[in-house]
Amino acid sequence: MADKTLTVLKPKDYASDQDVRWCPGCGDYAILNQVRKVAAKMGLKREKTVFVSGIGCAARFPYYMNTYGFHSIHGRAPAIATGVKLANPELDVWVVGGDGDMLSIGGNHLIHMLRRNVNLKLMLFNNRIYGLTKGQYSPTSEVGKKTKSSPMGSLDCPINPISIALAAEAGFVARGIDVDKDLPNVLERAAKHKGASFVEIYQDCNVFNHKAYAHATDKDTKEDNLLRLEHGKPMIFGKDRDKGIRLNGHRLEVVELKNGITEDDLLFHDETDEGLAFMLSRMRFPEFPEPVGVFHVYEDRCYEELLSQQVEQAIEKRGRGRLEDLLNAGDTYTISETDAQHGLHE
Amino acid sequence: MPGDAGSGDDHAQLKQPSTATTEQRDAVVVRLAGDSGDGMQLAGTQFTDTSAVMGNDIATLPDFPAEIRAPAGTVAGVSGFQINFASEDIYTPGDQVNVLIAMNPAAFKAHIADVEAGGTVIVNESEFDKVSLRKAGYEDGYNPIEDEKYVRQYKLYKVPITRLNAEALEETGMGAKDVNRCKNMYALGLIYWLYDRPLDITINHLEDYFGKKKNLPQVAEANVKALKAGYFFGETAELFPVRYQVPKAAITPGTYRKITGNEALAMGLIAGGHLADKNVVYCSYPITPASDVLHYLAAMRHFGVKTFQAEDEIAAVGSAIGASFAGQLGITGTSGPGFALKGEAIGLAVMTELPLVILNVQRGGPSTGLPTKTEQADLLMALFGRNGECPVVVLAPQSPSDCFDIGVEAARLTLQHMVPVVVLSEGYLANGAEPWRVPDASSFDKIEVKHPTAIGEGDEAYAPYARDENLVRPWALPGTPGLEHRIGGLEKAHHTGTVAYEGENHQLMTQLRQAKLDKIADRVPPIEPYGDASGDLLVLGWGGTYGAIVTAVRRAREDGKKVAAAHLRHLNPMPRNLGEVLKRFKKVLVPELNSGQLRMLVRAKHLVDARGLNKMQGKPFLVEEVQQAINLMLTDEWGDAESLLPMDGKVDPKAQGLKL
Repeated sequence: MADKTLTVLKPKDYASDQDVRWCPGCGDYAILNQVRKVAAKMGLKREKTVFVSGIGCAARFPYYMNTYGFHSIHGRAPAIATGVKLANPELDVWVVGGDGDMLSIGGNHLIHMLRRNVNLKLMLFNNRIYGLTKGQYSPTSEVGKKTKSSPMGSLDCPINPISIALAAEAGFVARGIDVDKDLPNVLERAAKHKGASFVEIYQDCNVFNHKAYAHATDKDTKEDNLLRLEHGKPMIFGKDRDKGIRLNGHRLEVVELKNGITEDDLLFHDETDEGLAFMLSRMRFPEFPEPVGVFHVYEDRCYEELLSQQVEQAIEKRGRGRLEDLLNAGDTYTISETDAQHGLHE
Repeated sequence: MPGDAGSGDDHAQLKQPSTATTEQRDAVVVRLAGDSGDGMQLAGTQFTDTSAVMGNDIATLPDFPAEIRAPAGTVAGVSGFQINFASEDIYTPGDQVNVLIAMNPAAFKAHIADVEAGGTVIVNESEFDKVSLRKAGYEDGYNPIEDEKYVRQYKLYKVPITRLNAEALEETGMGAKDVNRCKNMYALGLIYWLYDRPLDITINHLEDYFGKKKNLPQVAEANVKALKAGYFFGETAELFPVRYQVPKAAITPGTYRKITGNEALAMGLIAGGHLADKNVVYCSYPITPASDVLHYLAAMRHFGVKTFQAEDEIAAVGSAIGASFAGQLGITGTSGPGFALKGEAIGLAVMTELPLVILNVQRGGPSTGLPTKTEQADLLMALFGRNGECPVVVLAPQSPSDCFDIGVEAARLTLQHMVPVVVLSEGYLANGAEPWRVPDASSFDKIEVKHPTAIGEGDEAYAPYARDENLVRPWALPGTPGLEHRIGGLEKAHHTGTVAYEGENHQLMTQLRQAKLDKIADRVPPIEPYGDASGDLLVLGWGGTYGAIVTAVRRAREDGKKVAAAHLRHLNPMPRNLGEVLKRFKKVLVPELNSGQLRMLVRAKHLVDARGLNKMQGKPFLVEEVQQAINLMLTDEWGDAESLLPMDGKVDPKAQGLKL
């Protein structure tokens, strides 16, 4: 205990002794590496960090981090993580899950965890397919998606995770891409945000839905297809930074920066504007570039802190509850007569 | 201050001589019945509190309508509250009603059949008008309180309570609606006079509740006025020739309070957390009849209690598991349908071997069933209702006050044995009340809970599934440096806890989870029959049927029968000596408010020809029903039936089968 040297942890120090068993080429590897790097950069304390997941390929994540971890049951990670924070607000809690886990079976819990503003970070790995159960369409699959469970094409309208998160009043909403350079920045900001952070991560399932996000990851095309959101900056995109997003009436439109259209005509990103964030969340490729980065941020008080404060206030007001107070509360009365023959309520 | 009704000017006035004579009674069953908006529960609670403080033994049974607000004046909207108060030991709210107060025709219709022949029936005459009679479903032109049949069968008193109450409150200047809301206190005052009860406890309550808490001093005043007016009416009207006294019961000396099962359970859980130096984290989704536990605990933040109203039953149990993982006492509470939803997560707690208390306040099922009515039909679900081999501890309180001890026991077992504990309470226990002797806070043993702070001897890394002599795994808390580890719902290797699917390992782990539970039987007290150690008949029960069974057995023994009662509070694991006790009796009878769930277990495990008395009417057993079953078992009149079902209070072997 006398050792006072500060250990500097490297990314590999956050790796557990377990072999990582995702399919070769899975986008999850890239995310895992980025998370370990961010953890090292931020100096996360391993003993204070808890990864909670549900079920699915992404949900194996906690096994691969040398922190505390709980691989729970399908869809319930947000609920379990909430319980962890209720019991010990000091812990740094991360929730990991896929689009099926978080948006289908766990959709309800996700919404409620976000609207309560529990101080934790949620990473939604979105590959738009069910990987672990071998290739059925997911809540984010596009209409008409042909899979084993939808041979004639799926009929379900896909869920838009960012829109859902915004509607659920999440205080931090962002999107990243498994192999994209900006993912660590997004994760770091999410980690530093106080409150419920929601990060959608486009992730490649190279077995069942390979290249679903090729437009956003192929070297040659991605800068033409991505809109990198930067607070206070105009919405410019394109390899040659020659295109932008403009507001036309109540609608967004893509414009080219020529014929007198300049940066000043474009929309400027404002992370504090939730209406703008919602509009951005509706942008869909190929009509629009895909926005990546932080859509929306606002700070609010965290659920578990407020709950702890209520406990403190109650103790301040009424004194710390003692067992004898509990037992003798309410209207008590004393029976003094004795009768050894009875004694029913002993 | 028991019996201290004579203090103060008002009470001096009340003590005017009455023309009525006074008779002594050992026990009286009073039932108040009215529309669900009539305040019957409040009046009943006040009568209970006063009787408890007077030193009577008491047992109560509230009876709520299923609808939140059924149409006023209809039979569906009738709300009842039954109190048995006595100068002798009582264990049940009583079979037959001695006194019925019916605030309207619907209440009369719903409850008159339960009143003993010659019993007292007080009706609120003002409400027996054409419209109300029709709402209650009586034929036009018929009024039951004019019917010779009833007039001959009961001591029927017609008191225009609504009108007299309105007259008494005329000068308050309150609106007609508010005045009318006080009529329950008028009726209560009348009963207080009839049973020679003091008014001060209720007056204090009204002044405190309406005056101080709600800041409605005029409402408090009006209620007090109505209460007194009812009392004076009894005194001066000379309507009742006899008033009754129920002397104090011979109860073990000590400090007492009235307690309901839900209160007692909540308190027991707080006490359990307290004894273990753990905060209670109670995660629940509102559901009848368990919600009062949430309400009670929500007001207990100063005990470090955190309550969490989750978005659904699954989130409730999930967050409780998360809380336990993080090191506190995670508890979830619900009723049957919610318990069904929690099944998968309970399996997770079994697999991860974390503490978790699951409270199931049972109600009539299946599905939504009878939300406000009692049943004990979730025993097999508690034991087996999950995928895989998934053993949990199951406890069941036997009385409202026993809920406290079961709450403490549940906390103790779950924290020390790292296994989920299901507590099977019942609507009947949850809402029922009885006197509870307040235990001495220093009389409880601490609940020692160890959390490792270092890697185990010989281990390279922390082994979350290493086991101690009780086969209990260590509970390392997140936040402890060096013990970082991962747990989850997948099968894991013995000791190391890494994910493992090997067949032999799964078999070993399955055995270990069961063996860990079986070890708990060492801590379960042996079952001790009430009555003889051996004999002709053992009546075996569990849960809230305790009172009816023990009373029936006591009466049978008073008649010289060789009968004993045994009651299970630990349903899994059961006491080690159960099989041996069963074999000491020639016959075994298992009364249950289900179709025979404990009976099935006992027959399967101990190969005894146990017979069942099974009631599925949303109501507790009448003592009389158990008595009849005992008599049928002792004679050869029972027949070959594995179980008999009471009908209209009769247990008749010839009248079994479906009645269509």
